[in-house]
Amino acid sequence: MEQGAPELPPGLLAEPLGGLAADPVAAGDEEAAGIGCGAEGRLAGSGDASMTGGSFWSKKIEITVSEAEKRTGRNAMNMQETYTAYLIETRSVESSDGQSVLTDSLWRRYSEFELLRNYLLVYYPHIVVPPLPEKRAEFVWHKLSADNMDPDFVERRRIGLENFLLRVASHSVLSEDKIFYLFLTQENNWKETVNETGFQLKADSRLKALNATFRVKNPDKRFTDLKHYGDELQSVISHLLRVRARVADRLYGVYKVHGNYGRVFSEWSAIEKEMGDGLQSAGHHMDVYAASIDDILEEEEHYADQLKEYLFYAEALRAVCRKHELMQYDLEMAAQDLASKKQQCEELATGTVRTFSLKGMTSKLFGQETPEQREARIKVLEEQINEGEEQLKSKNLEGREFVKAAWADIERFKEQKNHDLKEALISYAVMQISMCKKGIQVWTNAKECFSKM
Amino acid sequence: MSAGGVGTPKSLPSSGPKSLQDMPHPLAGPSSEDVAGGELSPSPDLQLPRSVADKDLSLPNGGTPAGTSSPASSSSLLNRLQLDDDLDGETRDLFVAVDDPKKHVCTMETYITYRVTTKTSRIEFDLPEYSVRRRYQDFDWLRNKLEESQPTHLIPPLPEKFVVKGVVDRFSEEFVETRRKALDKFLKRIADHPVLSFNEHFNVFLTAKDLNAYKKQGMALLSKVGESVKYVTGGYKLRSRPLEFAAMGEYLDMFALKLGTIDRIAQRIIKEEVEYLVELREYGPVYSTWGGLEVELEEPLEGVSACIGNCCTALEDLTDDMTEDFLPVLREYILYSESMKNVLKKRDQVQGEYEAKLEAVALKKEERPKVPTDVEKCQDRVECFNADLKADMERWQNNKRQDFRQLLMGMADKNIQYYEKCLTAWESIIPLLQEKQETK
Repeated sequence: MEQGAPELPPGLLAEPLGGLAADPVAAGDEEAAGIGCGAEGRLAGSGDASMTGGSFWSKKIEITVSEAEKRTGRNAMNMQETYTAYLIETRSVESSDGQSVLTDSLWRRYSEFELLRNYLLVYYPHIVVPPLPEKRAEFVWHKLSADNMDPDFVERRRIGLENFLLRVASHSVLSEDKIFYLFLTQENNWKETVNETGFQLKADSRLKALNATFRVKNPDKRFTDLKHYGDELQSVISHLLRVRARVADRLYGVYKVHGNYGRVFSEWSAIEKEMGDGLQSAGHHMDVYAASIDDILEEEEHYADQLKEYLFYAEALRAVCRKHELMQYDLEMAAQDLASKKQQCEELATGTVRTFSLKGMTSKLFGQETPEQREARIKVLEEQINEGEEQLKSKNLEGREFVKAAWADIERFKEQKNHDLKEALISYAVMQISMCKKGIQVWTNAKECFSKM
Repeated sequence: MSAGGVGTPKSLPSSGPKSLQDMPHPLAGPSSEDVAGGELSPSPDLQLPRSVADKDLSLPNGGTPAGTSSPASSSSLLNRLQLDDDLDGETRDLFVAVDDPKKHVCTMETYITYRVTTKTSRIEFDLPEYSVRRRYQDFDWLRNKLEESQPTHLIPPLPEKFVVKGVVDRFSEEFVETRRKALDKFLKRIADHPVLSFNEHFNVFLTAKDLNAYKKQGMALLSKVGESVKYVTGGYKLRSRPLEFAAMGEYLDMFALKLGTIDRIAQRIIKEEVEYLVELREYGPVYSTWGGLEVELEEPLEGVSACIGNCCTALEDLTDDMTEDFLPVLREYILYSESMKNVLKKRDQVQGEYEAKLEAVALKKEERPKVPTDVEKCQDRVECFNADLKADMERWQNNKRQDFRQLLMGMADKNIQYYEKCLTAWESIIPLLQEKQETK
């Protein structure tokens, strides 16, 4: 917890978090303190030269995941396991001559990507962290293998992992991260380095409890809306993917059944004189038609992957919202605590009990304490109030920082999303167009054969 | 139609409700002549239908003293006619159409009638135009009559009485329309046939105001007809089928088998397409739902949704077309091949009879030297049958080729149209997506 991005003027901050700022002291709970906002995340880079743009990258870097390889090894429990390793290559591009030089290449497996992402999630809670491709194939139409070792799956995952790295590398904050840099450049001991950051300790366990709803009294409408949007987006995309898989299944059926024409036309042609040739070649076109669906659907799977990325992005979006909710909750709890302490203090000072409380009861039942005792208690309380006020201030500041940084990233995300999804829709439409053209071509050919009968 | 009391019912054809005397129409003349001469042809056309009629009669009748030279001439005439027919349109002088289905609800039953309109320049018809209403069972009657009276010919099939038992609503618009098309096709095939189109029952069917009266009249003859049919179908074992007919039989078996497979495939495709449509109908609206969540993406997502909606409509059109146009033609041809096989069987019977007689003659040659006339007649019948069958088969092959060319090209066209509609839909949203991209 070095500093909380001091360059931000506190005046511009969000309403709800700001609302409690002026109130008195309380004994703080330390729990939330560690979960930092943006600047804190850069911790690991402390030894590094500078934090300004392209700190690790003296030159422009190209990242590719160029290869996937099946490997067998022993896991922690000394059991035989098979996994896929991916070759990550980084090249620096010389801006002058446009040539790229291989600077590094190393192998990583999926679990290491997962570790990297978990680390990023913890250290950058205000950022919509790019998702990884799915661990297991989901929403696939049934002809496609759901096997993790299936070459097609591995290939699609390779593309997905590359995409993930590119997304991180092109993110203005994430690309600065030292751990990310080491992920690309330091093959050995990277895991240990990650674990040394102690990020797991910093992870707020409450974030993982997906459905834990905290009663936030004064929610930020922007974030509730966003959370709602995230929920809806997730549900609509998963619905879309499910239906698309079924559509693909049916389409596959339609095409493949046409393949039977190929066989029967050819058999029929054997008993026909004048019609024979036409039938035979038309049958051939039907075979072509039936076969064409394989490529079509394989290509469509990339579209599904693009949608899947946003399905997982929706989850990342929700994670930011949850984090915000938690911070707001903590803030409100601290403020509440402070308020009650202030009340106690006042009661002690004036000797009146405004509200019914256990303390009030006990004092009535067991008699008044001595003035000395009361003085001492008031003093303790006042100290706690001061402390709490400080804490609340810093929480407020922290919260404002979070909101500001998170909102900036969310805006960035929205723009990226709009752009990407439009691209995806265009490429989907282009796929459909090419499918239609193929269909027209095949049937035109077949028609010509029929016309010669 | 068979011998015996043919005279009376024979002259009825165009009458229907009218009495015999009211009819000064062309049919009356020649047919009465025929009756006088022991000939039954209803046709006024001097050469062709007469010889056709000869042949008609000679078969069920067995013992008519029909001209022995008729088979040869009939087939040559048929050939000539067929050539004429191939010129198509030019020589056509009989046009029939089935349209305007109407539902009749009576106390006893509910049924559909179809309007049958005829336009003709043939002199067998009193008027150049007729318009009558017929129901399915009338068509069925006609077909039975044709089968009885023209056993050597291939009678086009009627659509099945019940297409899918209990599942299809007999009075639904689609069912009636599909059936109307099939009935129309049935009559057109008869009208285009050089022999069948001159059949008296066909004439009656097209013209009679009251077909039922005629049917009742015909009932009296039923027993006789029944006999003659039985006679024809009486079991003679065939020694050896001539190669060409054996090939025809094999061809028809194979053909029916392949069409059956195509029919199943087509149905399966329709089923898959319908299921695809169900999913697609759910798929489009999801984009709309998503659009509702978005600001900048709302329009593109709505666009995709609308586009998928258009594709749904196009797909629906495709499956409708396939169900209504493609499947019925396939089924007609499956039934057609059945009819053809029946005719082939009858031919075999006739040949079998001939062979049996020939054998008998060979055995008793010395005892009965006069026999050969009977056997000769039998031989004529076989040859006549063969000629008719071959001609019909050739016609059928021709029709089949044309029909399938049209059918399959139609199928290709429908698919092309489907893809074109989808293509237009998808292409139309590209600018929508790109434009937004640029303004960004």
